[in-house]
Amino acid sequence: MNRVEHVSRRGFLSQVFSAGSFILGAKLLPLDAVAATTVPSWQPGVFVGLSPSGIVTIVAHRSEMGTGVRTVLPMVIADEMEADWKRVKVEQAIGDAKYGSQNTDGSCSIRDFYDAIRQAGASAKLMLERSAAEQWKVPASECRASNHEVIHTSGKKLGYGALVALAAKQPVPKIEELTFKKESEYRYIGKDVPMIDLNDLVSGKGTFGMDAEVPGMVFASIERSPVYGGKYKSHDDTEARKVAGVTDIVVIPDFKPPHMFQALGGVAVIADSTWAAMQGRKKLKVQWEASPHASFDSDSYKKELSDKARLPQKVVRNVGDVDAEFGRAAKTIDAQYYVPHLSHAPMEPPAAVAEFKDGKVTAWTATQNPQAVQDAVSAALGIDKKDVICNVTLLGGGFGRKSKPDYVCEAAILSKKLGKPVKVAWSREEDIQFDYYHAVASMYMKAAVDGKGKPTAWLHRSVFPTIGSTFDPSAKYGQEFEMGMGWVDLPHDIPNHRAENGPADNHVRVGWMRAVANIYHAFAIHSFMDELAASAGRDPVEYLLDVLGKDRKVLIKPEGMAYWNNTMTQDKYPVDTARLRRVIELAAEKSGWANYKPSKGKALGIAAHRSFLTYVATVVEVEVDDRGQLKIPRVVFAVDAGKIMHPDRVKSQFEGASVFGTSIALHGEITAKNGRVQQSNYHNYQVARMNDAPYQTDVHIVKSDAPPAGVGEPGVPTVAPAICNAIFRATGKRIRELPIKKQLVNY
Amino acid sequence: MIQLKVNGSSKQFSGDPEMPLLWYLRDQLKMKGTKFGCGMGLCGACTVHVDGKPARSCQTSMKAAEGKTILTIEGLYAKGKQEHPVQKAWKQCAVPQCGYCQSGQIMQAAALLKDKPKPNDKDIDDAMQGNICRCGTYQRIRQAIKLAAGVQA
Ligand code: FES
Ligand code: FES
Repeated sequence: MNRVEHVSRRGFLSQVFSAGSFILGAKLLPLDAVAATTVPSWQPGVFVGLSPSGIVTIVAHRSEMGTGVRTVLPMVIADEMEADWKRVKVEQAIGDAKYGSQNTDGSCSIRDFYDAIRQAGASAKLMLERSAAEQWKVPASECRASNHEVIHTSGKKLGYGALVALAAKQPVPKIEELTFKKESEYRYIGKDVPMIDLNDLVSGKGTFGMDAEVPGMVFASIERSPVYGGKYKSHDDTEARKVAGVTDIVVIPDFKPPHMFQALGGVAVIADSTWAAMQGRKKLKVQWEASPHASFDSDSYKKELSDKARLPQKVVRNVGDVDAEFGRAAKTIDAQYYVPHLSHAPMEPPAAVAEFKDGKVTAWTATQNPQAVQDAVSAALGIDKKDVICNVTLLGGGFGRKSKPDYVCEAAILSKKLGKPVKVAWSREEDIQFDYYHAVASMYMKAAVDGKGKPTAWLHRSVFPTIGSTFDPSAKYGQEFEMGMGWVDLPHDIPNHRAENGPADNHVRVGWMRAVANIYHAFAIHSFMDELAASAGRDPVEYLLDVLGKDRKVLIKPEGMAYWNNTMTQDKYPVDTARLRRVIELAAEKSGWANYKPSKGKALGIAAHRSFLTYVATVVEVEVDDRGQLKIPRVVFAVDAGKIMHPDRVKSQFEGASVFGTSIALHGEITAKNGRVQQSNYHNYQVARMNDAPYQTDVHIVKSDAPPAGVGEPGVPTVAPAICNAIFRATGKRIRELPIKKQLVNY
Repeated sequence: MIQLKVNGSSKQFSGDPEMPLLWYLRDQLKMKGTKFGCGMGLCGACTVHVDGKPARSCQTSMKAAEGKTILTIEGLYAKGKQEHPVQKAWKQCAVPQCGYCQSGQIMQAAALLKDKPKPNDKDIDDAMQGNICRCGTYQRIRQAIKLAAGVQA
């Protein structure tokens, strides 16, 4: 059954499409669900329209934060539709459940919408061909759409615009009738079409959340409890009110657990400019009640997690008999790894404008998830979800931070209290001190090895605070998705295998950050794998391929839960060791691994990981000088992400991941003392810069016909372990705790 | 009353002389191409040219801008004018990801090339390390600078 159907120009569509347009919508659920009559209200989510003037309008329902998704999804539709890209207009969607999930998170935009967008494009094309045939009274088989017009075998032509009225009356073709373009016929797919926002972004014209502005708007700067859970007690605003431009002081109520995406609460200084609001806030004095988290201290927390990781915990995967093998084996090896809390620190701090008027909220904001804005704001204000209109601006980076719209709630609450539009723009200090941090993790690894150093038993214990605590403060164990992120799905050929998860309390907000739980799992697994190779005196690439075993699809069966597999079935997206092997081989080949001569302070390291259904191998070259200064001349990625739409944007995502991963390896660390986060800006929460980022990152894409998989995140997990493995080979120093920071001084 | 020139036009300012130029540009002149990233001179997102030299507008008070000539990203590529070679190279190398840091990067790079028309890698590192790109576009920034300068990549 075709997912595509006619839609009429009603409601929000009337603002997007001009009168008299031919509009198709494509449903986004998997086909079997569409066929089921149990989804009565299911509506199309991908929209493409053609106006009588010949302009094709495509609605981009995902958020643009640098991946290029706002260009690439419409580009695929245009290609299948044989539309001329120059005559395609992209409209950014507001938040609306109609679109299906708009949560631009989890590296799934292409994966989830590929079938729907192709079908939308191909249906439109066939309907336009049939319309021309009708007009000319010729068989449709004699008509062919090409670059925004339909051409008859006789040579006569009709532009798309002229066919609108007839196309609007065509029945939607059955799916069997659709023909999809062959690769050789693509005009745009695979061709690196420039991003639609490129001109704006090099000339300062793009509108980000930070740039949103509506007439009459006032500016807010908010003081929040420095300790998570510290309730508001009282404040003294005498001095703050004296600052020129300050007009109001407003208390935002404390959040009620679970914190979810609520405003944290605090005291807002309202002013007629950003500067005045910030100055006023400096003069504000706020008293907070004591918080139960006031004794939170990263050092003792680390010890607590690490101690737990050394004790038996809840079994979450169990193959064979690890204990028996440990008892039998002639040699066992163990090691413990640690990754601290991390902050997203997107270049654009969280920012939103909200206007409450006549019982409705209109927001303009940089959000990865406009429907979450609708949910959170409607809950905060006690209004209907449909009365929250969320306009999505460009995002100055997201990395998961901007899927959590607490900052939009703040703006909405303030606007309701003040009766005017309010802009909430976080400072960098607020961003770093009130993040939903990437969770800290302690991991204990133990292996029994045979005569060749190959593991015969493998134990991996992981203790980390769960993101589940966002929705349930009592949650202490990992969720299915956290376990399924490159941990309980390790496909290597190890006969006895156990994974155990220990409980952890939470003292700050934690949340998804680019690659999420893969970050710490990959660091422990691929560092340990390298330790085993080193202990056996074997070449890491040869060793990895050996431990991977023969090519096969591994059916993953964790204990006491389903295998998450990025919400996809293992049928469609199996865990395929052949694909992992291929990227390891390719990365080794392209990096010149076999012929590389390590020298003092200079070596290669490798890590290979499957995440977001994508297979990635990364080889990193490091140079460490006598004083322990680290340089990364080269990073080589081999990537199998299934079918690729836009090779250049895939490459740019991996180039970016190379830098993001380097930041994690070298610098990233959030710590707390007495419940307060100690870092506040880029001087003490450093990220990689031009001079310490990898000098060159090469991305090699495996040509694949497998269904599309993730791209935005899977480049991150391998980087830190590959760097640390290279450092070991260059210096003999094994890094088991991130960040590297000063650990190499006088190695 | 503070007098200054922004992108060729004369302006007068009578507010708090301690206010950073950044907020004057963004909140008062509504020129939002210059971005806020840290407010501490750590990230370069707010880079403009003050009398032809790159400066962090978050660290430049209105008092300090008195009598100065300011160029922002909006003035680098004004309507009707030729595209700046740096912007052209930026497009050719498809540098931006999210784009938020790019105004600052471009202003910094344009100043570098004015100062050193044929920069080497070290010159580029020295000039650009104050500009953070959290999306990690450094490699393409380097490429684009070299392309604009006509030096070997
Ligand atoms: S905002 Fe000025 S340097 Fe960061
Ligand atoms: S392009 Fe996103 S911060 Fe530089």
